Amino acid sequence: MEPILELRNLSCVYSQGTPFEHQALSDVSLSIYPGEYVGMIGHTGSGKSTLIQHLNGLLKPTSGQILLHGKDIWESKESVREAKFHVGLVFQYPEYQLFEETVYKDIAFGPTNMKLSKEDIDRRVHEAAHFVGLKEQHLDKSPFELSGGQKRRVAIAGVIAMEPEVLILDEPTAGLDPAGRDAILANIRDYHQSKGSTIILVSHSMEEVARSVERIVVVNDGKIPLDGTPHDIFSHSQELRSMGLGIPQVTQVFQRLRELGLPIQDDCVYTMDEARDVLLALAEKRGRSAC
Amino acid sequence: MEQKNIIEIKDVAFQYPDVPEGSSLVLDGVNLSIEQGSFVAILGHNGSGKSTLAKLMNAVYLPNRGTVSVDGMDTADEAHLLDIRRTVGMVFQNPDNQIVANVVEEDVAFAPENLGVPSEEIRRRVDEALKIVGMSKYARHAPHLLSGGQKQRIAIAGVIAMLPRCIVLDEPTAMLDPIGREDVMRTITRLNRERGTTIVLITHHMDEAAQADRLVVMDQGKIIADGPPKQVFQQVELLKSVGLTVPETVGLLYQLRQGGVDVPLDALSVEECAQEIYRALA
Repeated sequence: MEPILELRNLSCVYSQGTPFEHQALSDVSLSIYPGEYVGMIGHTGSGKSTLIQHLNGLLKPTSGQILLHGKDIWESKESVREAKFHVGLVFQYPEYQLFEETVYKDIAFGPTNMKLSKEDIDRRVHEAAHFVGLKEQHLDKSPFELSGGQKRRVAIAGVIAMEPEVLILDEPTAGLDPAGRDAILANIRDYHQSKGSTIILVSHSMEEVARSVERIVVVNDGKIPLDGTPHDIFSHSQELRSMGLGIPQVTQVFQRLRELGLPIQDDCVYTMDEARDVLLALAEKRGRSAC
Repeated sequence: MEQKNIIEIKDVAFQYPDVPEGSSLVLDGVNLSIEQGSFVAILGHNGSGKSTLAKLMNAVYLPNRGTVSVDGMDTADEAHLLDIRRTVGMVFQNPDNQIVANVVEEDVAFAPENLGVPSEEIRRRVDEALKIVGMSKYARHAPHLLSGGQKQRIAIAGVIAMLPRCIVLDEPTAMLDPIGREDVMRTITRLNRERGTTIVLITHHMDEAAQADRLVVMDQGKIIADGPPKQVFQQVELLKSVGLTVPETVGLLYQLRQGGVDVPLDALSVEECAQEIYRALA
């Protein structure tokens, strides 16, 4: 399959030629395929925000290429503009970017800029609002009357309404309570499943990523040292810790259980359901052999 | 005489002005005593009233009914306002909103300067505060070039420099990454253990709450659970019913119990949890 987005030998240097010169990305290559749900993990300063800002042409690489459907997005002025419509980016704390008088107008801002018909814009606003769990009566309200969690939904809907082929969300659950976190993640999962669009979820939380995605890309020190299924990634627990990233608590419990000598085949368990199933199966086996 | 309870909240009700009539109260009949030197975590989903409760603790808000006293001083008595603010310091979620100066040490000196502390004493307090939060190296740095966790530690140092006996932190790690969160949590626990500063920590992170001596759970403006973390986290269904979770360790033990495995629910750490499962299954 052809990648939808591809980074080729991408490097980014901030403040080049000044005492503040800083290499944020060095020679990064990455392919993202249509319909993938990718988690991107890295601590603050790892380069992950710099990386995603290259994906829709907000930052121009110091060297290297970004290809969208095989075409360099920096080929022409038009292609950079196009990239912003095809690759939607939801920033951290996007609720601070709301500005319109009503929720409806705020969500419609992107599609309006795309010069779509009124009917098309209307359909998209309603669909996007539905995806993020906003109700019809919210649309006429001022976004500033809503709660923090609802504001964030409006901001996410504003990007979804542009119907990007690739949707990138930078820490969409930061600062929310557990119920709010779960709700937003469920919305994103539903959106992914029903639209089949490509999603990149940027997060600090291993637990959160482990539950949602099929592939994890680890960014550290301006490079991508690990890229694989959650299963692959969490089996590198030593390396993850040295990069300042945690591993899920259940995975830690399983590692300890193996050290203690419990006969567990595979120590890389990272979701609660998986952990329960493995342990209950073990308990059943014990129960039977005891009889 | 020094009070045993640094904060006493008695039968407090609170509502914000200008809300439509008939809205339920933000806080309704809250009673809470916080013992001098303790480390209390307050949990609750967004809108449960926990931040409002925190803001009542140093007279940012005053209760509509009931009383809040800080070290024996009624927060409604304006004559005590300065003393109350000196006794209870606050740290908020967003470090960027709390930093005022262009140099780290000047930022930390801001509050004691305003309190009219002599300059030699300020120097001593700033150095000490930066040492406590592990940021001495950065005294002459520009705050905006620091990481989120470092900035939050500067904000905490700014509060420490007022020498408060109690620090209330409202989701201080919400905007931080795992390393930043650990740094801030280490700073908080050290302040509590080594200096005896009373800590009230409002958080959404169950693993942080588990580090406190006492856990208070809020829902719809009321306290619905209060006790040591080991005891409160055993109430898995109650916590879930109010939109909260339990640490993964307890969650796993709970699932195993549901599946008929005899394990206790009070093993919070990874080590305790693994030991209990091992004991039940080996």
